[in-house]
Amino acid sequence: MGTKANSSLDANLGQNLLKQMILIRRFEERAAEEYTKSKIRGFLHLYVGEEAVAVGVVQALNQEDYLLSTYREHGHALARGMNPNVIMAEMYGKQEGCSKGRGGSMHLFDSSLNFFGGNAIVGGHLPLAVGMALASKKQNKKNITSCFFGEGAAAEGEFHESLNLAALWEVPVLFVCENNRYAMGTALKYTHSMEDLEKKGEAYGIRSVAVDGMDLLAVMQAAAEAVEFIRETGKPFFLVCKTYRFRAHSMFDAELYREKSEVEEWKKKDPIPKFKEYLLKENLISQALVDELERDVEQEIENSVAFAENGTWEEASNLTRFVYSELKQP
Amino acid sequence: MTKNVSLTYREALKMAIREALHKDERVFLMGEDVGRYGGAFAVSKGLLQEFGPDRIMDVPLSESGFTGAGIGAALAGMRPIVEVMTVNFSLLAMDQLFNNAATLLHMSGGQLNVPVIIRMGSGIGRQLAAQHSHSWEPFFAHVPGLIVLSVGTHEDARGMLLGALESLDPVILFEYTSMLNLEKEIPEDSGVVDISKSKVRREGTDISLITYGTGVYKCLEAAEALEKEGIKAEVIDLRVLRPLDEATFLASVRKTHRALVVEDAWKSVSISSEIVSRIMEKAFFDLDAPVERLCGVEVPIPYPKHLEDASVPQVSDIVEKVKKMIKP
Ligand SMILES: Cc1ncc(C[n+]2csc(CCOP(=O)(O)OP(=O)(O)O)c2C)c(N)n1
Repeated sequence: MGTKANSSLDANLGQNLLKQMILIRRFEERAAEEYTKSKIRGFLHLYVGEEAVAVGVVQALNQEDYLLSTYREHGHALARGMNPNVIMAEMYGKQEGCSKGRGGSMHLFDSSLNFFGGNAIVGGHLPLAVGMALASKKQNKKNITSCFFGEGAAAEGEFHESLNLAALWEVPVLFVCENNRYAMGTALKYTHSMEDLEKKGEAYGIRSVAVDGMDLLAVMQAAAEAVEFIRETGKPFFLVCKTYRFRAHSMFDAELYREKSEVEEWKKKDPIPKFKEYLLKENLISQALVDELERDVEQEIENSVAFAENGTWEEASNLTRFVYSELKQP
Repeated sequence: MTKNVSLTYREALKMAIREALHKDERVFLMGEDVGRYGGAFAVSKGLLQEFGPDRIMDVPLSESGFTGAGIGAALAGMRPIVEVMTVNFSLLAMDQLFNNAATLLHMSGGQLNVPVIIRMGSGIGRQLAAQHSHSWEPFFAHVPGLIVLSVGTHEDARGMLLGALESLDPVILFEYTSMLNLEKEIPEDSGVVDISKSKVRREGTDISLITYGTGVYKCLEAAEALEKEGIKAEVIDLRVLRPLDEATFLASVRKTHRALVVEDAWKSVSISSEIVSRIMEKAFFDLDAPVERLCGVEVPIPYPKHLEDASVPQVSDIVEKVKKMIKP
């Protein structure tokens, strides 16, 4: 993969994508710190190690495209351009958060960016993605829907029903399976009878590709091809990104199910240093600029924590808001 | 006099599962992450090493599939314990539970039994937001054919599963994850619990607090506080939500002449709706005051702590309510 994409990589784009990955990484590391200080509670699922997937796929989309994700969605939200301030505030439960504090870490939403959440029921958003794409088709819109989920989700009935429906109805969905090899503590080989997950897409007649999810350039190229195919044909596409989560499943996980050495092996494939080295080697960035990006990111994160700290608690008298719509049908 | 032992709710649950596995070789445990991960809540930690992968089965994320498979295995002579990690995910298995487990005995004219046990972590209070904070006890309790149990105490964590093992019919066990680390004393010889009976957890003469699940310890705490104010509250732990043991709570109401029903579940069409109806039907003339309820506020549970707390009854709410009911 990659020579075409590599040679055409624009320096600004490369710098921007590197910055996005660093932002996601550092933002989540900070979130974990705030969790240990009890500023953030509930479930917190980190994406550390998987950044190239969100960044590589989301950059291939345009503003009109719809996005849906799981409870491990900070990376997708940031890559989509959501403001770190409102994400941090959401995780603090403050009303300045992107979901007014009601959702927390697992339920980030921003309809202005066509970011439709944060779904915490595994597989629950796949049928929604099919429906959104169906709506686009009915409305003759040109946008596509992209939907991120783990390999664990591919064992759910909803995954199979959704792929079949998308293929049957010929709707423009990009299914992105983030195969990080573990569903909580259960390894791929204990959850799937067949480990080449892309074959599951093929079984439904869906064009399916597996790609190295630790390599941003490879993900970018695969995503570009997938998106182009969907826009041209209006049909779904199944993209499997082979990746790895460096940290625990959530903050409650003692990681009894995998060897430390395995994690260390995968850390050698860390997508961030790899992409940075590439940019340096190709003279698409200078070390001074890398340092500047890192300082900018630190500042953005400091700002987000300050924003969250200064946020306010919603009055308990508002508790029953948003159960039914406050707007009336036009 | 039997001695007491101190243990956590988690330890009590685990003792019961181990005992079931030792007692009956048809028993096996299956669920997401019950083996290698050690159980999502560490309840089954170490059991894979002790009993091996045939009896402690990790399953894929396929709630409808593995719950249905548990029902099938029960039909074919096994005694599966199916762990649905949390009640929130049981929604994906509803069809199997309601259309198969609950109906096969009846549809087959009594030929088929479904002795499956479904365990589910449940409860509100860990800031897990709307999709992970469901109280589905009323849903399950609506369905004839199921036996629905609520594990509100350590004694029941130790003994209800064993009681369920003696049932030929499907048993749903609601376990409460917010109580896992809570340590309490139970009699050393605690064992099989009679899963057809409610239990008076504390005797009193002034009012009956009728509750289940996480409401039990809350009501006991409230009763203690009320005692200091001279009010003697009786606490009834329903334990079995279907089929209801109405004799126990009706007897209590006939004694105290007042009742407050407490639960975390949303108020409309809840367990308390049913309890209040039965009191109206069968003990109306024994009442000195209208029966009242404290239930969950009808809102998807929000993430922030203060809003989550405001969504379900707290001990202080129970104390206040009782004082108003008794000294209007
Ligand atoms: C239907 C359902 N079952 C179980 C869970 C609990 N749970 C949350 S994440 C998870 C693992 C999912 O693994 P995968 O789909 O591979 O995604 P990953 O977390 O690795 O990104 C489990 C079992 C859930 N949220 N929803």
